[in-house]
Amino acid sequence: MRTLEQTTREVLDLAAKHFQLPTGSLAPEDDFFKKLGIDSLQTLEMLSHLENHFGIELPDYEVQGVSDFKTLAERIQSRL
Amino acid sequence: MKSFTGKTLRWEWHEGCIELTLDHAPANEIGTAMLAELEKFVAAFGSLASETTACIISSARKSVFSAGGDLRELYRQAASVPEKDRPKGIRSFLEHIHAVINAIDSAPFVTIAAVHGACLGGGLELALACDIIIADKMARFAFPELRLGFIPGFGGIPRLKRDLGNAVVRDLLFTGRTINATRAHTVGLVAQLAGEGEALAIARSTAAQAAKYDPVARAAAKEFMKPIPHEELRCEIEIFCELFTRPEVMAALKKFVEDSGPMPYLP
Repeated sequence: MRTLEQTTREVLDLAAKHFQLPTGSLAPEDDFFKKLGIDSLQTLEMLSHLENHFGIELPDYEVQGVSDFKTLAERIQSRL
Repeated sequence: MKSFTGKTLRWEWHEGCIELTLDHAPANEIGTAMLAELEKFVAAFGSLASETTACIISSARKSVFSAGGDLRELYRQAASVPEKDRPKGIRSFLEHIHAVINAIDSAPFVTIAAVHGACLGGGLELALACDIIIADKMARFAFPELRLGFIPGFGGIPRLKRDLGNAVVRDLLFTGRTINATRAHTVGLVAQLAGEGEALAIARSTAAQAAKYDPVARAAAKEFMKPIPHEELRCEIEIFCELFTRPEVMAALKKFVEDSGPMPYLP
């Protein structure tokens, strides 16, 4: 079972890789919409990446209003 | 007409397979422009059917198969006419899009939707008319219409009910959530999963395989196992038009049109 810290690190690494940013350039408190500059379609893409990586389903309404990686990781953790 | 390039889509016939490519910025919204070209597309079936074994529908847009009906156009058009005239315009649009989707649904060759990215609302309804949905593992599917105060209007509920159990239909409708390709495959919405960027290639190999079978037997099998739910489709248009007259719908459409948030498909 992953710890929340591990989950958060994996979320950050996954986002950095997908959006072609240097590893370690994202922080848990970052607002991913601002930091990554993503639109609604890219948000769905990210959701698919996260679900495929963690092997979970993450309903959109559970992450609605979430904008920082730390809270996103918490939502994922609750589904692991 | 063996090939066509329009403003919203293009198609090309090659060795028995028609490839229809949706290419309408930003997200392949299905409005009057795409409807007119889809009508041209299905009108070409008459001359192409006898020498066609398969048809593949895909998207040229990044990250999206189709975001569905053009809600911005719908809002603009509805807002530009007196309230009492709104149902007439929407009914006419629905009758035309139903005729197109019914023609794709009953085409006498194998139809394949090669889906990548977002496949929402009317986009999913178009894919559901196809015999086989092949999805990129990054694809996502949803029926978000209830957030606007109406139901899917391009035949979505009857076709989803035809193919899947009611539990899945209700989950999609009542939550408006998107489901990923793996989940869609598990529930039977998607026939084959493709690796990232591989849906079209897999659709082509599937079309080539389908071409090997006897066309008469194939058409008979399709007619037997995939009847068009005409009565329910008719009901859908009536329910949609009835719901559409409510002021809540115009308010929700206005909110959607003005929403620049990351999840505009959720209320």
